[in-house]
Amino acid sequence: MQNSFAYFVDQLINGLTLGSIYGLIAIGYTMVYGIIGMINFAHGEIFMIGSFVSIITFLILGMAGVTWVPLALLIVLIVAMLLTSIYGWTLERVAYRPLRGSPRLAALITAIGMSIFLQNYVQLLQGARNKPMQPVISGGVTVMQDQGYVVSLSYMQMIIIVVTVVLMAAFTLMITRTSLGRAQRACEQDRNMAALIGVNVDRTISLTFVVGAMLASVAGLMFLLYYGVIDFFIGFLAGIKAFTAAVLGGIGSLPGAMLGGLLIGLIEAFWSGYFTVEYKDVAAFSILVLVLVFRPSGLLGKPDIEKV
Amino acid sequence: MSVTTASGIDVHPLDLRAMLKEAGITALVIFALAAALVGFETTDIPGGIGINTRFDDVAVVVALGFFGRIALILLRVHRPGPVLIGAPVLVVVMLVMLLAQSLFGPETGAAVQRFLPFQDPVVLWGLLFVTVVIGIRAYLSRRHIASEESAQAREERLDHFAAQVQHAARFLGPALLAFALLFPFLPAANRHLLDIAILVITYIMLGWGLNIVVGLAGLLDLGYVAFYAVGAYSFALLATYLDVSFWISLPFAGLMAALAGVILGFPVLRLRGDYLAIVTLGFGEMIRVILLNWYEFTGGPDGISGIPRPSFFGIAEFSRSSDNSFHDLFGLEYSSLQRIIFLYYLILAMAMVVNLFSMRIRKLPISRAWEALREDETACRSLGINPRNTKLTAFGIGAMFAGFAGSFFATRQGFISPESFTFIESAVILAIVVLGGFGSQIGVVVAAILLIGMPEFFRELQQYRMLAFGMAMVLIMLWRPAGLLAHREPTIRLFGRGKSLESKS
Repeated sequence: MQNSFAYFVDQLINGLTLGSIYGLIAIGYTMVYGIIGMINFAHGEIFMIGSFVSIITFLILGMAGVTWVPLALLIVLIVAMLLTSIYGWTLERVAYRPLRGSPRLAALITAIGMSIFLQNYVQLLQGARNKPMQPVISGGVTVMQDQGYVVSLSYMQMIIIVVTVVLMAAFTLMITRTSLGRAQRACEQDRNMAALIGVNVDRTISLTFVVGAMLASVAGLMFLLYYGVIDFFIGFLAGIKAFTAAVLGGIGSLPGAMLGGLLIGLIEAFWSGYFTVEYKDVAAFSILVLVLVFRPSGLLGKPDIEKV
Repeated sequence: MSVTTASGIDVHPLDLRAMLKEAGITALVIFALAAALVGFETTDIPGGIGINTRFDDVAVVVALGFFGRIALILLRVHRPGPVLIGAPVLVVVMLVMLLAQSLFGPETGAAVQRFLPFQDPVVLWGLLFVTVVIGIRAYLSRRHIASEESAQAREERLDHFAAQVQHAARFLGPALLAFALLFPFLPAANRHLLDIAILVITYIMLGWGLNIVVGLAGLLDLGYVAFYAVGAYSFALLATYLDVSFWISLPFAGLMAALAGVILGFPVLRLRGDYLAIVTLGFGEMIRVILLNWYEFTGGPDGISGIPRPSFFGIAEFSRSSDNSFHDLFGLEYSSLQRIIFLYYLILAMAMVVNLFSMRIRKLPISRAWEALREDETACRSLGINPRNTKLTAFGIGAMFAGFAGSFFATRQGFISPESFTFIESAVILAIVVLGGFGSQIGVVVAAILLIGMPEFFRELQQYRMLAFGMAMVLIMLWRPAGLLAHREPTIRLFGRGKSLESKS
């Protein structure tokens, strides 16, 4: 069975779905790193909060009697993006802005502290147990059949991939065409220079966090829909893997984050499919170490030259 | 526009609209933050999850944010008057309500307490504490103290305080040690207290070990618990497979952990600080995942049980019925407490070894190189220090001490499983080092007692422990990025430039 082509295609589909989710989270890491040079360790928690806001909104809509799936999905998407982005904004405002200009390690320790805080905050408020949800979207189409092995592409997977592609397109347009994107790129190149020519640096950094949190909340919603169960701890592993994706693609590079996300998703899916499921996390971490040791600038990143 | 009064304090005119707008925005943000996660609670019901509402809590949180912000604005513009009235009133009201049961008797008290915004006493006491802090700040700003102090002046004052504490540590340290030595024989010491003390000292030892890596060498290690795990599993596996005693495997466990440190450190120590942190975190998780899944060798999630207890240096056993038992050897009555007291002294001695080591090594060239690397790697490189090898020694030595602590943990518990070696443990140890101030030995002791001892005493705090950890890490970094009791003076300076404590002694 493992030798059939169909099995391969199945893993490919799984990997692309998973990779889309990682890619959406990885963009948040890479954007923040690009603009203020810090690893926003709490970004995984923002993703987790996104999925919690989504499940709560689904439950409320269920009680309110909104049962038409597309409408419900749209409302959940908007609510999750809105509320989660405020978490991202507050995170930057409260924890990171006062530390701008301090050593990198101080900022990283703050981020770890925020990550622990947010995890336990959600655990205290929502309980430590798994939160299962009934599947909202079921069914799918059969892609191919080979030696009795049926490969199907579920509607859920299609939605995840399509939404990711649409969001990526919108996001790329925002970065390349709008004034916000221009300000963002300017701050990334040289914050002082950008401030001199009238870019509001603080606002741009805030908006970077807001946009990153929005994408992470969409990833959270996808995760909830795809796996059907969440808990307060999902942000930790997903965060590390998305960070690995960002590093693999070249931290600071936006297309790199998406590429890295897809690669990590594919590697994880094929590793689970052909080797052992248990060690899939080890695979992700090994890649992180290998990339950092042999190609610290990642696949699409620019090498980081240290000047004295 | 501001007016300077005779006392030299700026009094800004109060812009009521701006103040209300600012407080209103704060309230709005808090409402958005709280709306979903506080306002609704997911609950388990048969066949799925249901939802409860907690709108009253959202209202209270929003109101607190609104008035808290107003209080802070008033302090900022030096008009503490309303705060000085409001804060004490609030404190008294809350105290009366909190203690209502003992003041008015259980029935009336319960009726009064029904009006409390939250039912959880810890949250209420926390709120009370914050109110008191704001009140004290208002009082201080009225007395024209602090408040407008420049950031640099504050930093200098805190640094001076930290230096004083470190100076006092020379007397405080021996006093603490004497107390620790006498502790098991104090009348108050019982089994429960001794257990807590052993736990706290284990963390002090881990903190001191990590302090070498983080404080002295400046390498942020987020996977320290991995070496603790290596030490624990080395001893546990040796003892259960090969029947090796604790005393023989102790050095071996340290060696294994140091080896693990060197092997893991070798490829990654040339990375820049924050990358290194993430990679060590990845390594920590990898070791845990391997322990969890290598079922045939490590027992996987079941862990290893039946790990032998330590003997009295191989001379005597701590058991009631044995040919050479400890109480017979010394002609004492048998007591189960004897083993606990022995374990207590064992960990105390091990911790003191780490302490002594890290105090003495500061005088050696290797430690000077660590400190220099921490401050400026490029300069060190140009002076001919090999950064990787130097860092490797710090990493390996830190790992070795974690390995020792790990085998003590295994022999004390008698049972270990990968559950005990999660990232959270690493974060706790790091929090102890960070809160204590990087490189400060006494700071680690204070932080370990606060972070490990306190929640053990107050069981109600247990569920808030990690929340408080996270918050404390953030607040300390914001308030004083160098650590609470940090006094990051290099151990030695050229030509006594800038007087260090050391040169005075």
